[in-house]
Amino acid sequence: MVSSTTMRMSDQREDQATPQALSNTAGFRSLRSHGVVARVETAPVKAAVEDFSFYYGDFKALKSISLPVHEKRVTALIGPSGCGKSTLLRAFNRMHDLYPGNRYEGAIRLHPDNTNLLSPGVDPIEVRMRIGMVFQKPNPFPKSIYENVAYGLRIRGEGNRSVLDDRVKEALQGAALWSEVEHRLHDPATALSGGQQQRLCIARCLATNPEVLLFDEPTSALDPIATASIEDLIHELRDKVTILIVTHNMQQAARVSDYTAYMYLGELMEFGETSQIFVNPTRKETEDYITGRFG
Amino acid sequence: MNSADIPVIRKIIQRNKRWDLIFAIAGFLALLLGVLTFLALFVQMAYTGWERLTPEFFTNFPSRRAAQAGILSAWVGSLLVMLVTALSAVPLGVAAGIYLEEYASKNLVTDIIEINVTNLAGVPSIVYGLLALGVFVYGFGFGQSILSAGLTLGLLILPVVIVATREAIRSIPLHIREAAYGLGATRWQVTRDHIVPYSLPGILTGVIIGMSRAIGETAPIITIGALTFIAFLPASPVGPEFPWLSFEWLKSGFTVMPIQMFNWTSRPEEAFQQNAAAAGFILVLMTLAMNATAIWIRYHVRKDIKW
Ligand SMILES: Nc1ncnc2c1ncn2[C@@H]1O[C@H](COP(=O)(O)OP(=O)(O)OP(=O)(O)O)[C@@H](O)[C@H]1O
Ligand SMILES: [Mg+2]
Repeated sequence: MVSSTTMRMSDQREDQATPQALSNTAGFRSLRSHGVVARVETAPVKAAVEDFSFYYGDFKALKSISLPVHEKRVTALIGPSGCGKSTLLRAFNRMHDLYPGNRYEGAIRLHPDNTNLLSPGVDPIEVRMRIGMVFQKPNPFPKSIYENVAYGLRIRGEGNRSVLDDRVKEALQGAALWSEVEHRLHDPATALSGGQQQRLCIARCLATNPEVLLFDEPTSALDPIATASIEDLIHELRDKVTILIVTHNMQQAARVSDYTAYMYLGELMEFGETSQIFVNPTRKETEDYITGRFG
Repeated sequence: MNSADIPVIRKIIQRNKRWDLIFAIAGFLALLLGVLTFLALFVQMAYTGWERLTPEFFTNFPSRRAAQAGILSAWVGSLLVMLVTALSAVPLGVAAGIYLEEYASKNLVTDIIEINVTNLAGVPSIVYGLLALGVFVYGFGFGQSILSAGLTLGLLILPVVIVATREAIRSIPLHIREAAYGLGATRWQVTRDHIVPYSLPGILTGVIIGMSRAIGETAPIITIGALTFIAFLPASPVGPEFPWLSFEWLKSGFTVMPIQMFNWTSRPEEAFQQNAAAAGFILVLMTLAMNATAIWIRYHVRKDIKW
């Protein structure tokens, strides 16, 4: 099922790109800052999807997926509409638990503690506290900007006003929104533009320092300028947090991600370094999809 | 498309717009019918009862002489009964609605409960009266009291509150819920911080409808044995000594505005008809005041929630 050489779960930690692949990827490398190549080679695994299947009732939406998610790297999930990208992403913070009839098989292990996120013994609330999610459509609470960002801290029991103030500021700075909202923290969040709302949602996640951030097509509702600012943000964030992003935009995947997984009809077709997937895909289907001949 | 089509398009638009106009007129007439009927009744009552609307009318107990009869015991009774109704039906109804929407798993049992609740809203009020007579008055031994009456009316409007709560909760977008759960909130935190505040305006609308219905109810109140001639007030809820609150009033006999009205309309003397009209006028004002309060609260809640 998974054909890329980087997919052997036993040796993810040294899944170095072959010299040949690297030379092929010079074009992509030049898009990035120096030093990225070395980082890619040493990234440990933050989360490992192991033989994971998912059912919406009787419908098997994901078929034994195995996939490493490297620490402090951006992993992009691409593939045609309906292939199961969102389904996989939402499994990472147990969103599927909110609706009846959904069923998991297999495991998603979060390192370093090796917790299986999907195990019935693991509280989904604990999972969601460790893993934040940014949705396709900006979904701020109908409250003030401040309260939106502070909410994650409040449910963790943080009541100290000055701590909250600091963390809210930090998170908004982290999401590159602070300068725009610093004087209107108590205005309703819905008064912000779509791009600002999306950055607010990112700040809301950042405030609680999640280990992994999930993005489900975070820019599909945004214009090019807002999209660029979110992409810049993802660039900056990857030094701090592990990121998993679903996108329909091939350029975006190429621009922001270190690793790319190509999915098709609920299966993982290919996984590898973004440079390899885009320049030298192992499978014909991947190449067809990326080059727009299909999907 | 070429410009020769423009006259054709205009004609089509004109035809389509005709329905706009027809509906606007029909809707306006329907509205007018409702408003005018209400206004006619209201003005009629005000006109007939005008002379009786003196301060004494509010401070006098009922009397055999029409000119001295007042509505003191009736308006106090109505107020206290409504208090019990609100305090029982609102928390229970909201809690039940939240439970059904947010907590209960969707299965046959909840489906049956759902159908039952909806049907309860259509049960004639006299049936609630009979039920309350058996359960509250005799079963629990609350007697023919304000407590029994308040609980009866509370029961009566409970389905309305539950249905309104559920509808309000359902109108909260799924993605807001997911945002809150996604941050690691528990069900209770989502309920307390999001579900309840965002659905409050809708819940209040249900409460307004329910309370307006309850304040005018006569049948169940008569069934449980409200008196028509009450020349005393219930014990005061606040006392001079510790603990300063007293619940004696709950056990008191009582009458309410619609019963007082009903009593007066069944008298042959013309003067009592005037009293009835004046009392009706006040009853409508009480309902309007209640609605205004709820609308005011709703306005303030909405101000803090910006979708
Ligand atoms: N709640 C649901 N119940 C049943 N089937 C579902 C549900 N949600 C998604 N599916 C199905 O699961 C499959 C995967 O859906 P998913 O939303 O993960 O696709 P996706 O890759 O995110 O697509 P898109 O790019 O359009 O967002 C689809 O066939 C879809 O019809
Ligand atoms: Mg999707």
